[in-house]
Amino acid sequence: MKVLEINHCNKKFGDNEVLKDISLSVSEGQVVSIIGPSGSGKSTLLRCATLLETMDGGDLIYLGNHATKADGTGKSIYSDDNKLREIKKHFGLVFQNFNLFPHYSVMRNITEPPILIGKRPKDEVYAEARELLAKMGLSDKEDAYPHQLSGGQQQRVSIARALAMKPEILFFDEPTSALDPELTGEILKVIKDLAAEHMTMVIVTHEMSFARDVSNHIIFMDGGVIVEEGAPEEVINNPKQERTKAFLGRFQQ
Amino acid sequence: MDIAEYLSIIQQLAGGMLATLFIFVLTLVFSMPLGLLVAFGRMSKWAPFAFLLPEDKFQEKGLRKWIGNFKPIQFLAKVYISILRGTPLMLQLLVVYFAPYYIFGVTLSKSYRFMAVLIGFSVNYAAYFAEIYRSGIESIPVGQYEAASVLGYNKYQTFFKIVFPQMVKRILPPVTNEIITLVKDTAMAFVLNYTEMFTLAKQIAAAKTTIIPLFIAGVFYFIFNWVVAYVMERVEKSLSYYR
Ligand SMILES: Nc1ncnc2c1ncn2[C@@H]1O[C@H](COP(=O)(O)OP(=O)(O)OP(=O)(O)O)[C@@H](O)[C@H]1O
Ligand SMILES: [Mg+2]
Repeated sequence: MKVLEINHCNKKFGDNEVLKDISLSVSEGQVVSIIGPSGSGKSTLLRCATLLETMDGGDLIYLGNHATKADGTGKSIYSDDNKLREIKKHFGLVFQNFNLFPHYSVMRNITEPPILIGKRPKDEVYAEARELLAKMGLSDKEDAYPHQLSGGQQQRVSIARALAMKPEILFFDEPTSALDPELTGEILKVIKDLAAEHMTMVIVTHEMSFARDVSNHIIFMDGGVIVEEGAPEEVINNPKQERTKAFLGRFQQ
Repeated sequence: MDIAEYLSIIQQLAGGMLATLFIFVLTLVFSMPLGLLVAFGRMSKWAPFAFLLPEDKFQEKGLRKWIGNFKPIQFLAKVYISILRGTPLMLQLLVVYFAPYYIFGVTLSKSYRFMAVLIGFSVNYAAYFAEIYRSGIESIPVGQYEAASVLGYNKYQTFFKIVFPQMVKRILPPVTNEIITLVKDTAMAFVLNYTEMFTLAKQIAAAKTTIIPLFIAGVFYFIFNWVVAYVMERVEKSLSYYR
């Protein structure tokens, strides 16, 4: 079953064509990493997939449900708000700078969305939130507020907040790049644990060795197009395209 | 003057203080929500003629661009704010009081005096509160909206659960300023001869040819504002559990 399908996605900001005919699909349990130079459109692709940006052309499909459908000319036609709200239940997004709600305790950050939006019973949601926090090693932080936590702890809370909605697919946009180098490890470990549990994930990252270790599929983007994709060892260790080689070469120095 | 006279002045002014308090509280009750409505209007992006703009909005210039981008609700809110901030409050009070008669020929009962004071103050303060709210709302990082959107919050849930509480914390200092100004501005009700404390103090001062009542009125205002500042400080403290 395809969890996510994007067909022929196009996105422009004014005259700037940021995504050009991008197609990708993610199956259940797959971990896909997206790498590429700054400005290549990685974040924009994730933002289109999570409905934070509207794409100009192409389809966006979650588990067979169309968020957008291309019309005869390829232009994206979006479904109505109710359907989009239903579709949002299929995915979660972890931001580079966490975006926790500062006025809520850790517990409320995690429990409000499933209770308010998911309409799920309180005690069940609280029990699950405690389990998630235990898994993230944050059991003692239930009542803390975001500003009292380190960046790594905040990012773990934001992963727990996303997981509490039980998404079928989880997106990460550079989840470690706002963190001090010594804190990136704890986040990468959490993501690796999720991969081991076969969580479906799409990860934009600049951590090449992590991308190689954690994913089943790597996409290299440059200038708004997918230049090369394939198995991690192939793309990272043995790139075919010149642009991929140049990018990875720059990275190793 | 003997002690008894002082006491009688204080007693009369305390009565006037009650009227002042009344204007103060009711003005806040009306102007704070009204200000939020005006702020929403000021931030409205509704552009009914946007269909005039071509697909590629960035190319368009000239009149068609102007009409296409015209936002009527935002425009009205801007006009409202600029008029109420740009003209004296005293003038606004007079207009509210006399307009029904001079413009519409309606004679209003004596009790309209109080209504006029209240409408004048509320409408004027709403303009200031609107801009304070707007600055607060616009200072909320866009990431908060994006996080809420991805989690499935709708517009109302996002505003009331995420944006509004954070806005309140951020705007407390300017709101405190505004409230303290209001305490002092209530004295302006004298232009409509509404007998709040200041009007009363002036009357007594004139009758007894002494400035003591004015001095006592000053002490009253000072205490009033001291209480306001104290309460607002407590409110700020109660919201200091997060950043
Ligand atoms: N809201 C926007 N308005 C206009 N242009 C934008 C906007 N967002 C992104 N862009 C442009 O789109 C292009 C792709 O940006 P994007 O953020 O997707 O790159 P990225 O691959 O995520 O880069 P990085 O690795 O630096 O995060 C850039 O040229 C950028 O300037
Ligand atoms: Mg990016």
